Amino acid sequence: MADALTLTATTPCYGLLPKSIGTCDLIETNLGRLTSIAPYKQSALSEALKDAHRLAFPAPNRMTGNDGARAIWFGRDMALLVGPTPDAALAEHAALTDQTDAWACVTLSGEDAAAVLARLVPVDLSAAKFKRGHTARTQLGHLNASITRTEADSYLILVFRSMATTLVHDLVTAMESLAARR
Amino acid sequence: MRIAGKGRIDRSAPVSFRFDGMQYKGFAGDTVASALLASGVRLMGRSFKYHRPRGVLTAGSEEPNALMTIGVGAAREPNVRATVQEIYEGLEARAQNAFPSLDFDLLAINDLASPFLSAGFYYKTFMWPRAFWERLYEPAIRRAAGLGALSGEADQDRYEKAFAFCDLLVIGAGPAGLMAALVAARSGADVILADEDAQMGGRLLSDTETVDGQDGADWAASVLEELKGMENVRLMSRTTVTGVYDQGTFGALERVSHHIARPDGRLPRETFWRIVAKRSILAAGALERPVAFQNNDRPGIMTAGAVRSYLNRWGVAPGKSVTLFANNDDAHRTALDLIAAGVHVTAVLDSRTDAQAQGDYRLIRGAQVCNSTGRKGLDAITYRTTSGEDKLSTDCLAMSGGWNPTVHLTCHMNGRPEWDESIASFVPRQDAIPDMTVAGAASGRFTLHGCLTSGADAARAALSALGMTVADIAVPQADDTPYAITPLWAVAGKGRAWLDFQNDVTVKDVKQAATENFRSVEHMKRYTTQGMATDQGKNSNVAALAVLADATGRGIPETGTTTFRPPYTPVTLAALGAGSRGKGFAPERHTTSHAASVAMGAPMIEAGLWYRPSYFPRKGETNWRQSCDREVGHVRNAVGVCDVSTLGKIDIQGADAAKLLDFAYTNMFSTLKVGRVRYGLMLREDGHVMDDGTTARLGETHFVMTTTTAAAGQVMRHLEFLTQAHHPEWDVRIMSVTEQWAQFAIAGPKSRDLVNGLVETPIDNDTWPFMACGPVRVAGIDARLFRISFSGEHAYELAVPARYGDALFRVLVKRAEALEGGAYGMEALNVLRIEKGHITHSEIHGRTTAFDVGMDRMISAKKDCIGKTMAAREGLVDDDRAQLVGLKPVGAIKKLTAGAHLYADASEAVPANDQGYVTSVAFSPAFGHYIGLGFVRGGAERHGDRLRFVDALRGIDTVVEVCSPVFLDPEGGRARG
Repeated sequence: MADALTLTATTPCYGLLPKSIGTCDLIETNLGRLTSIAPYKQSALSEALKDAHRLAFPAPNRMTGNDGARAIWFGRDMALLVGPTPDAALAEHAALTDQTDAWACVTLSGEDAAAVLARLVPVDLSAAKFKRGHTARTQLGHLNASITRTEADSYLILVFRSMATTLVHDLVTAMESLAARR
Repeated sequence: MRIAGKGRIDRSAPVSFRFDGMQYKGFAGDTVASALLASGVRLMGRSFKYHRPRGVLTAGSEEPNALMTIGVGAAREPNVRATVQEIYEGLEARAQNAFPSLDFDLLAINDLASPFLSAGFYYKTFMWPRAFWERLYEPAIRRAAGLGALSGEADQDRYEKAFAFCDLLVIGAGPAGLMAALVAARSGADVILADEDAQMGGRLLSDTETVDGQDGADWAASVLEELKGMENVRLMSRTTVTGVYDQGTFGALERVSHHIARPDGRLPRETFWRIVAKRSILAAGALERPVAFQNNDRPGIMTAGAVRSYLNRWGVAPGKSVTLFANNDDAHRTALDLIAAGVHVTAVLDSRTDAQAQGDYRLIRGAQVCNSTGRKGLDAITYRTTSGEDKLSTDCLAMSGGWNPTVHLTCHMNGRPEWDESIASFVPRQDAIPDMTVAGAASGRFTLHGCLTSGADAARAALSALGMTVADIAVPQADDTPYAITPLWAVAGKGRAWLDFQNDVTVKDVKQAATENFRSVEHMKRYTTQGMATDQGKNSNVAALAVLADATGRGIPETGTTTFRPPYTPVTLAALGAGSRGKGFAPERHTTSHAASVAMGAPMIEAGLWYRPSYFPRKGETNWRQSCDREVGHVRNAVGVCDVSTLGKIDIQGADAAKLLDFAYTNMFSTLKVGRVRYGLMLREDGHVMDDGTTARLGETHFVMTTTTAAAGQVMRHLEFLTQAHHPEWDVRIMSVTEQWAQFAIAGPKSRDLVNGLVETPIDNDTWPFMACGPVRVAGIDARLFRISFSGEHAYELAVPARYGDALFRVLVKRAEALEGGAYGMEALNVLRIEKGHITHSEIHGRTTAFDVGMDRMISAKKDCIGKTMAAREGLVDDDRAQLVGLKPVGAIKKLTAGAHLYADASEAVPANDQGYVTSVAFSPAFGHYIGLGFVRGGAERHGDRLRFVDALRGIDTVVEVCSPVFLDPEGGRARG
């Protein structure tokens, strides 16, 4: 028989965040459940997703939904369902994989947020080109990242859980650089 | 000498700084050069080769002479142009290339030896003996000739890189650039305006021209004010666009804190920008060229445009009595400006016989300056007219041989400029860079009106190419007097007339090159080193090739230019490598047990990007072997715990998931039962082994594949390729779950005891036999348990969602210790698997086949798989191939090393006798001696043979016996028990 045992959960950025530097805040974001959805037939999956979660399957570089339930485009033929537990009906049309623990999820916000990311990301993330609901799978420094604009001055950033230390180091360095320019 | 009321410096903000230990004063807005000139300092450097005393030649980034070392300590920066460096309180500048001091430089002896040091001297003189070049001649020459030096200490300052995007990049904020930016900005385009200067405005800050009746600098200020307030405009001052690359990408260096006295430690010194622009306008202006005449390099001799810059922008008279020497009308403005400022102008010497005075000054037509005097500063010049030679006392000579458009960036993609006879200059081809328009003086438009007009035109062209509507803006009125010039490159005469001030190249050197048949401009350049200094020949290129053209009897266009390459001005390696210092070079991947492992004192070693514990030292253990042997013992005799999360884990789902596995692996997976695990081998398309690992069937259409740590990315990519390119019709999807699960090996005879202390439903050998897998619950959490073994022991791998990894690892270690076991690291893991003959990428290193590692029977005959056909190629299954074997020491030396080669016993250790090589070794606690794995020709049939073992690198020469690669428990009873 198993002994009475409790395992305490640790978040990917435990001990690293939050950070508030200059005009920017960097916080770890609890997004709830993360599930990758890789449809076998996208049209059937789209219908099921609409029925189950009232979400449209996102077009490339787009996010659908809102704070409660979001679908973030996550690469070729793939979306990341953010928030709810995926409805079992989805599994008929797509491979569903639990990714809740796989990603370090942080939110960078503030007036200089775009300028901070411009130090690390080779994609135009300016307000004019990368609007609310736009998303990109790209590089953040050396890291493979998913970056989504969630608010006017706010970006949701996901990188591999194992790289949380490097992510925070790189973002903090860029935040400091921007803060020092003010 | 500062002139009251002149200049755009802030006289309310005095700044003191030091140059070569002396205190000087300037004002905010000064450069080191302007402030020193204002203090009467003309001598600012020693020349590269002859240690000639030199002062400023220019007032911009092209400066060849006034190079200084700025700052002290680790971060001191050599070869900074005094004309670019802004002063700040407490700045420390030092002269370079002078010993013992700038004023008294012993190495000026080189100047007296100059007849021997001309072009090609080194090549001819220091040929023999050959070995002396590297050891003696070159170091000595480099010591005598040179620039500043780095501190030799690590620079602790920050540097950064950044990205920017725009519709239109305007390079240069002079009249053309400002006009272009204004038109584009008002039309709504996203504009970046970049300028290397601290203040934007270009020549408008240095000249006294008017725009629409308004002072030119005031007009520039008003335009900048408007641009600053616009959301679609980014003004980047102190930012030099250094290179043009493919797809509208530009490199640019921003000097962020070089001008700040005590910068915030978090502020980078420089930012290297990569700017991606849909269109670009090059409005980089033009550079004035000196005239070559004997001793034209004395401090006090500078370009006419520089004299106007110092006068108008910084309120400095570079001399008390200034003489002008020119071959064009433009330069005459220098005399007018000086006179208006109350500075004495001795004379204007114009080489043209038809020159017209533009004001009230003494004009001597048809005059050429042919010599100068004054060792550390000009005191007189000699000039020649048809009526003979005459001397003039003067402490500053402003010279102008005309202007060269700044074509450099247009040549970065192999474009060549064209010769324009009317301005005696090379001008860029408009199509040299895709989507770039050249405007203003950079395009050869030398009047202010021409600059403004061409700037506006270029913006309109760019906007219409972008499909944007052009705002209606009138081009302001400005002077449009044509530029009149008669070329004069070099004044005839004896003595040394300098072309390339920075590399000390004279007219004579270029002629000598031509004489010695280095007639191509590229050969001349390399023979004389003209244009090879840090200014890249900005001041000397055109004149040098004109002299060469003359010497070879060709025209200038036929002679052509050398190639301009990035960067336009020097870029520090620190900026290019920003972010990559120390661990910035690569990201760190930490497992969930990282903190606990570090706390246990484990040295962390890199495995790809991952950090894994090498071993876990305990009290009293003084070297790693003690820890490793103990940890091996834990696994063999009790229970060991090891984080194996770094192995790649790939979720494979779909109706055709089994088909994909059959296709990717050599062996069959479609027959695998749910709840079972199978070892699989994967080949590359070429038939060699790619990777191995186990795959578990969690459901009818759901598998989890494990890969090695090293090949996780490669296998993922491979599976993507198979599903996208070979079988897009299959219903199968793959997703990495490496990061989702924290997975721990629990290995050893007591492993089941440990597992049963954790899982809610206990397991036994019947419910959970060797190679079983399935879901379990641990502390109320859904987990996965796999009964697999890399160590050869009765072992499990337990996977939990990563958030619980840290907590579970600590519990596992504690409980393993209670069972007289403990955590084990990479060293022990390696020993365990070598004892068992399990392969890693040391063995499947990319050149071995399934046949070589003894797994050819794993290539199923019942189905096709990637690499199957190629693996059957003749030569890949040859019995004489090097095959996997075990190795035991039998010679005098009992130590084995990986990387050693094997030779037939008693044969000579030469490649022809090579029988194989050693891939892995370990000291085996089970056997009490070293064991190894390696590859030996025909090795499978040679167990018992003795071979000579030679590690040439470590000097080991011994004898080994070939044996089975499986040293321990060949029947596999321990894992099944």
